[in-house]
Amino acid sequence: MKVRVLVTLKNGVLDPQGRAIHHALEGLGFSGVNDVRAGRVIELDVADSTTDEALDEMCRKLLANMVIENYRIERAA
Amino acid sequence: MAFTSAVITFPGSNCDRDMAVAIEQVCGGTVHRVWHGDADLPDGLDFIALPGGFSYGDYLRSGAMAARSPVMQAVVRAAERGVAVLGVCNGFQVLTEAGLLPGALMRNAGIRFVCRDVALTVENSQSLFTAGYEAGQRIVIPVAHHDGNYFADDATLDRLEAEGRVAFRYAEQVNGSARDIAGILNERGNVLGMMPHPERMIEPAQGGTDGRALFESVVRSLVSA
Repeated sequence: MKVRVLVTLKNGVLDPQGRAIHHALEGLGFSGVNDVRAGRVIELDVADSTTDEALDEMCRKLLANMVIENYRIERAA
Repeated sequence: MAFTSAVITFPGSNCDRDMAVAIEQVCGGTVHRVWHGDADLPDGLDFIALPGGFSYGDYLRSGAMAARSPVMQAVVRAAERGVAVLGVCNGFQVLTEAGLLPGALMRNAGIRFVCRDVALTVENSQSLFTAGYEAGQRIVIPVAHHDGNYFADDATLDRLEAEGRVAFRYAEQVNGSARDIAGILNERGNVLGMMPHPERMIEPAQGGTDGRALFESVVRSLVSA
């Protein structure tokens, strides 16, 4: 089973990379970009029997740093 | 008892030798070199140092992989027993990822890698790592990092300040760290994480000796304890 984990910075946490990307987009002439936040996508291929609890634990213990990041788990349909 | 210490080397550590030399020269005693895959630490350790570098290529997040390596479980147990633990630069990132220190070290606010001497203020001169300094003393120690921007929520920052756990503060703009924090202590005071590199300022040939007092403090605190 394919699982996609999206790790994003929490609201209020400064994202210098997102800001640099924002500036670069403006530099390329794209207007109307209000904000950019950079995150990370981690794709897992796990046994079908993997529980939600186990996936949650993977995120909390390693994939995301709960001090600064949120995560969202998407199971492939 | 002779002073016994260990320097941990992760794949990608690059300041481990400098750290071992600094400890040998200033603290003396026996310095063990320990590999990240070792599940056990040498017996009778007084002091453990986690060096700077780019452990595991900074994969996932700086320090994230190293914090889950076998040796770190032994380091966490040693810290809980009261062994003095110093993490410098990547070592500081590893300590926060391992949960031994609060907060996180994020990408520098200015995006760029910062590599230069910086002025610090010694905020707490009572700890086992800083007793050799004067409170408020201005010292110069080099930094070399990309992810040194200290972040914690306001409640955590207030608590660190109230409990005197901010050991060093930047005396100039360096990386956007919350409240200019350069180094913090754990609650018990036996774990210090800091981004600047004291091991790079121990003899005049390195351009200064402001880092010596940190290692002198450790050996003095532990010998008199």
